[in-house]
Amino acid sequence: MTTIPYIIELLQVAVLLGLAPAFVGWVRMVKCWTQGRTSAGLLQPYRDLAKLFSKEILLAENASWIFRFTPYLVFGTTVLAGGIIPILSIDLPLAPTADVIVIVALFAIARFFTALAGMDIGTAFGGMGSSREMMIASLAEPAMLMAIFTVSLANRSTSLSEIIQVIYSGQSVIRPSLAFAFLAFVLIALAETGRVPVDNPATHLELTMVHEAMILEYSGRHLALIEWAGMMKLFLFTSLGVAAFAPWGIAAREELSAVPLALMYMIVKLGVVGIAIVLIETGLAKMRLFRLTEFLGAAFLLATLGMLAFFILD
Amino acid sequence: MILDPISLACSAIVLLLATAAVAAFSRRHQAFLITLSFSLSAVASFLVAAAGAWSVANGIGDQVILAVGLPDLPFHLRLDALSGFFLTVIGLLSLFVSVYSIGYVKGYLGHRPVTSLVIFYCLFVAGMLMVVLADDALCFLVSWEIMAAASYFLVIFENEKPENRRAAFLYLVVAHIGAIAILLSFGILAGFATKSEDFIGYTFDSMRFAQLPIEWATAAFFLSFFGFAAKAGVIPLHVWLPEAHPVAPSNVSALMSGVMLKTAIYGIVRVTFDLIHVFPVWWGAIVLILGLISAVMGVLYALMQHDLKRLLAYHSVENIGIILIGIGLAMIFKSFNLPLLAALGLIAGLYHTMNHAIFKGLLFMGAGSVLHSTGERNMEEMGGLIHKMPWTAALFLIGCVSISALPPFNGFVSEWLTFQAFLLTPALPNPLIRLLIPLGAALLALTGALAAACFVKAFGVTFLGHWRGHHHPHVHEAGWSMRIGMLLAAITCFCLGILPSAFISWMDVIAEQLTGTTIASSAGRYGWMWLTPVSYERASYSGFIVFLGILTVVALTFLILHVRPKNIHRVPIWDCGFEKINQRMQYNATSFSMPIRRIFGYLFSIRERVELAPQAGHKAFPKKIHYHISIRDRFWGLLYKPVVDASFWVSRKVGRLQQGRVQAYLIYSFVTIIVLLVFLR
Repeated sequence: MTTIPYIIELLQVAVLLGLAPAFVGWVRMVKCWTQGRTSAGLLQPYRDLAKLFSKEILLAENASWIFRFTPYLVFGTTVLAGGIIPILSIDLPLAPTADVIVIVALFAIARFFTALAGMDIGTAFGGMGSSREMMIASLAEPAMLMAIFTVSLANRSTSLSEIIQVIYSGQSVIRPSLAFAFLAFVLIALAETGRVPVDNPATHLELTMVHEAMILEYSGRHLALIEWAGMMKLFLFTSLGVAAFAPWGIAAREELSAVPLALMYMIVKLGVVGIAIVLIETGLAKMRLFRLTEFLGAAFLLATLGMLAFFILD
Repeated sequence: MILDPISLACSAIVLLLATAAVAAFSRRHQAFLITLSFSLSAVASFLVAAAGAWSVANGIGDQVILAVGLPDLPFHLRLDALSGFFLTVIGLLSLFVSVYSIGYVKGYLGHRPVTSLVIFYCLFVAGMLMVVLADDALCFLVSWEIMAAASYFLVIFENEKPENRRAAFLYLVVAHIGAIAILLSFGILAGFATKSEDFIGYTFDSMRFAQLPIEWATAAFFLSFFGFAAKAGVIPLHVWLPEAHPVAPSNVSALMSGVMLKTAIYGIVRVTFDLIHVFPVWWGAIVLILGLISAVMGVLYALMQHDLKRLLAYHSVENIGIILIGIGLAMIFKSFNLPLLAALGLIAGLYHTMNHAIFKGLLFMGAGSVLHSTGERNMEEMGGLIHKMPWTAALFLIGCVSISALPPFNGFVSEWLTFQAFLLTPALPNPLIRLLIPLGAALLALTGALAAACFVKAFGVTFLGHWRGHHHPHVHEAGWSMRIGMLLAAITCFCLGILPSAFISWMDVIAEQLTGTTIASSAGRYGWMWLTPVSYERASYSGFIVFLGILTVVALTFLILHVRPKNIHRVPIWDCGFEKINQRMQYNATSFSMPIRRIFGYLFSIRERVELAPQAGHKAFPKKIHYHISIRDRFWGLLYKPVVDASFWVSRKVGRLQQGRVQAYLIYSFVTIIVLLVFLR
């Protein structure tokens, strides 16, 4: 047993922790450019996190242990998901512990507890955020699993590393089902990571908040952990999409020398995805809450079409 | 005496019956009676669980012929792996619930005598155990009736409320319609089994070798499936379940939801895989479709409830649906002669059977503690209980996480296995079924996500926030025995979640006996930590490492951030400068589910009414707003109300015969005799 996979595993988690804020910074920066504003720079998210970590915590009188435990759990599940999704290499020691279904469930744990924390304080905002978040999630999750199942069926595995290996070995061809699944995945990724048109991460307007409403009462290091986890979630959904639909560049060899090249590929892909996110966000307005059923319904329909296409055409 | 699993199980049943008999003669010393009888039933349950586990591990069936029964028709008992598995499930949960009951039932002291509760509790558990041990139709049906009757008396225990009596009556009616169907099904099976002169057709052994033409087999299957589905609460036969389960004492609700429904699952598996054992594809397809409908509709109805126990009861409908999905897939795979996949589906269904028993038991026990402490079942009147009942809250949370299918707890494992079974459908040769099954996977995913939403609501509204009620009862933490009962169930949930391979290789012998192959050789190939159904390349999961990973990151982050201690200031909640924020402004159960109610509203019959009390001069600022909402099950109006109305109509018509005059009755007798003489010469 060599130690190299373990080193790559640690490297990958470090890259995730270190680069997730930069990715969010990049998205914000491009957004500023497209809207003709001056950006705060790539490093602003780091400054935000540093500021939050150094601040003291104001905790509502009614907060129970759930409220205090949630930030750590959200951070923990997100980092664990980052150890499982192949970002730099497919040969990760943690990869077999969980397949795609488990990764979806890991994000579900984080959401479950964030929603509980939203209800813990006993304000109307928290409950509102929790209720909306769980509604969106309950429509998005089936569509997400359907999109992923299409990919798994095409590659005969639900394990991401195996899926990539099948794609690399050339057994997988471009299929129409994957195109549907990819479109569905994009729509769902927007919903799951709380981007426009589903939720607006920059808003604190009472009536439009979803995710922000749940974490409104957080402050100090608790808020820092949740924000950081949120940045990693965006990073991870991008990586998940990359791994499932366009894995080229992720190292398949058990060598440290393969890592820098994989890292470069990853940065380029993240840059492109960031620009795509900005184009979607600038081009669309946030939808009314009950219009979301149509949006998520469309995603579900696309995913189902993808699956049907797999059975009919392939 | 040589000790073997079946004699151990029988002695446990005798112990339960003896406890019931002793309880019948002690009207005084109620507190002592509770402690004694529930301790004894805990011991009996432990013995049963041990016997079941032992026989599954052994893998061979034991048979006993009892001296009791009708003349020349003795009771046959048999303990094979399938019975052993259900014995373990029933034994485990009734062990936890018995321990819990020691404290819970004491809450009735001073209000009402508990003797009947104790007697019927013991009979109920004994009846369930007999059902899974029975090896002939007679013994099965007698035990089935003991179970149904005992649970009827338990449901009606608090009989001063009219809705309890109504719920119990409805339960009794549905249970008996179901029992008739099962009786008829066994009749068909026995009819084809009778070959020899001495009548032994009613034993399961002879039914196994019966040669049934397909149409009779279909009739037998659907009659028994109807009967068992009525017991299990499969939609549309579920209407009694959300009425009867909430009104029973909570320890009984835990048993009814946790294991009584599972005896119906046992019946379905026994009749389908063991007695009939060869069947066409479309049976499995129907089971799968009904399972999917039950799962989705069950969770949607659950989301609309604000009575905590009713919500849990609807979740039983959902989970029975998930179990049937696994079993239906297994049936489809088996009829296409794909034994490995059938084994996977069956194990997924049975694993969920065990999981649901434990976590639903835990949740009902938690709801019971809340009811015991606050006297309230309505979530709209609760809130903030986590501060006063920290143990109950934490244990209830474990139940919520388990049922919401979140790793590393047990509910996730069985849903994951079911998904894996779904993903193997490309192996099926029938293109139509291959097309339809993925939609099933989507519905299962929807069910899981909605269940999570529902339990955020259940836990959040009950335990978090501030107290919403108008009155302020003295809320106290549950007593030690209740806490131990719940704690044991929670630990079991956790173990089932992180050590699935160990449990699956234990229960794999069932799959071997019913489908002809095992999945253990692949499922546990990489050791106890890894769950790899089918193959390592296909999918793998390690609940233990996932748990360890989350724990490590959480602990590391916590330690790193607490190297330098920082002050935490407790401050009042932010009220947006409004300053008049009060507890009624919190989100409650109805408002939480409002978005989902709006999306899936067409599935329910909803009546909403808003009343404004206008203020003179200020039209825009009404003095008071009253909001009424009533959400009803559509199935009641669509399927049951016509039947109820029709039966009342027929009774009224028939009732006209009853004149109350002797002359009229004499004429009836005379006419009857004439008719008989004419036609039956």
